Amino acid sequence: MSYFGDIYKGIKTLLTGMSVTGKYFITSRKGAITQQYPDNRDNLKMFDRFRGEVVMPHNENNEHRCTGCQKCELACPNGTIEIIWDRQIDPETGKKKKMIDKHIYHLGMCTMCGLCIEACPTDAIKWAQNFENSVYDRTKLTRVLNKPGSKLMPGVED
Amino acid sequence: MNITLSITTTIYKFLSEYMSEGAANIGTMVTIAFIYLAIFAVAGLYLVLLERKVAAWFQLRIGPNRVGWWGLLQTMADALKLVSKELTGTVKADKFLYNLAPYFVIVSSLMALAVFPFTKEFQAFDINIGIFFLIAISSIGVIGILLGGWASNNKFALIGAMRSGVQTISYELSVGLSLLTMVLITGTLQLSEIIEVQKNGWLIVQGHIPAVIAFMIYMIAGTAETNRAPFDMVEAESELGAGFHTEYSGMKFAYFFLAEFINMFIIAAIATTIFFGGWLSPFGITDAIPWLGAFWFLGKTLLLVFLMMWFRWTFPRLRVDQLLTLEWKYLLPLNLLNIILMALIVWLNLTIQF
Repeated sequence: MSYFGDIYKGIKTLLTGMSVTGKYFITSRKGAITQQYPDNRDNLKMFDRFRGEVVMPHNENNEHRCTGCQKCELACPNGTIEIIWDRQIDPETGKKKKMIDKHIYHLGMCTMCGLCIEACPTDAIKWAQNFENSVYDRTKLTRVLNKPGSKLMPGVED
Repeated sequence: MNITLSITTTIYKFLSEYMSEGAANIGTMVTIAFIYLAIFAVAGLYLVLLERKVAAWFQLRIGPNRVGWWGLLQTMADALKLVSKELTGTVKADKFLYNLAPYFVIVSSLMALAVFPFTKEFQAFDINIGIFFLIAISSIGVIGILLGGWASNNKFALIGAMRSGVQTISYELSVGLSLLTMVLITGTLQLSEIIEVQKNGWLIVQGHIPAVIAFMIYMIAGTAETNRAPFDMVEAESELGAGFHTEYSGMKFAYFFLAEFINMFIIAAIATTIFFGGWLSPFGITDAIPWLGAFWFLGKTLLLVFLMMWFRWTFPRLRVDQLLTLEWKYLLPLNLLNIILMALIVWLNLTIQF
């Protein structure tokens, strides 16, 4: 008698589904995920995985982790990242060494694919969670990620 | 002046003081028509708002809350916007039928509203074949949908309209038979008398097992007849654009939209009247105050409307073959068995009476 068995099973599964949505309905008042954006602009915090723009974190001594290996530049599919580098004498060892001059990031061309961040061997660049990126002038979208006068954090290349 | 709840006689008496009998009759009809039209245009708009709010809560959202306090004027603003929009049409459409279709849909759903007893004697038209009238009227709506889809000269609209035809014609059987099951207990088709019968206990209690089965079948078939999800293949957005009203814009689109929500209200109101005692209060607690009947009627109806919204936001859409399997292989045979069961219960006097 699988005919009546089917009906029983059908009603049971339908009620299971309705109980799931019913629980959501009851708890919706406190669990609403909607952000009423312009109203809560002051305390709106984006979630960690949100891809706002690429930034290069610096520590308090104005040191970053970028070695200038150019892997991010190679990984970028649309030429968003541009690294200007030269060989300078390292004051500690006295040897000539590759160092970045400017890590240029064109936010206007970026598609937020994240391949540069995956490619970076030293975790020098990462995602920021800001999203209000609109400007009135296109040139403001070209950013230099390393701060002026910054240098490589010691111990990154080891 | 003593205002009775029977609006038809009240208005008739008021008008007949000023004009002849025939003119008073026509005046009464026109006045009642306008009252009902106004009430249900507004009620339809607020059902849309309710649907949006309920949908938001099911999906852990907030819903419309910008226009007016708590978003209460949102649908009013939407309606104003739709009125002010241009009525576009296609060049190769059949102009006459294309323009006629929305009125078929809205008129049929408004006609059905006339027979409901909202409270004791508050009923525009107490026809003695009430349920039969409701079933007959609710099947006219599909003509509007078929006409709209056909006259639009659009393949999506045509497919949507044809699906609607298949669906509504199939599920009307189940709606009719499940109501027939309940008529076996009441022994009358007149809605006011059906409610009189329920003074000994609501029919879903009186008829116990077969009444519950009939109620379940009725709610499934009723949801399908209003073309709502999970049976909304008529306007399956992912497949057909907007279905039969793809080519409609502005107020004509709003008529279809409004009719869908008023139909939902009608289906819930029929279920309230037949299964849950209409305007009767539970255990007769407010029998002394006749006006509260409207409150109970609307409360029960909105509860059933909420049930249909719950269906909509829970179940995935059916395929056409699954839809027809459900109707012809499951609901219809069960319904016929249920009628026999109900007939036995009425014959052997096994109904529960208080």
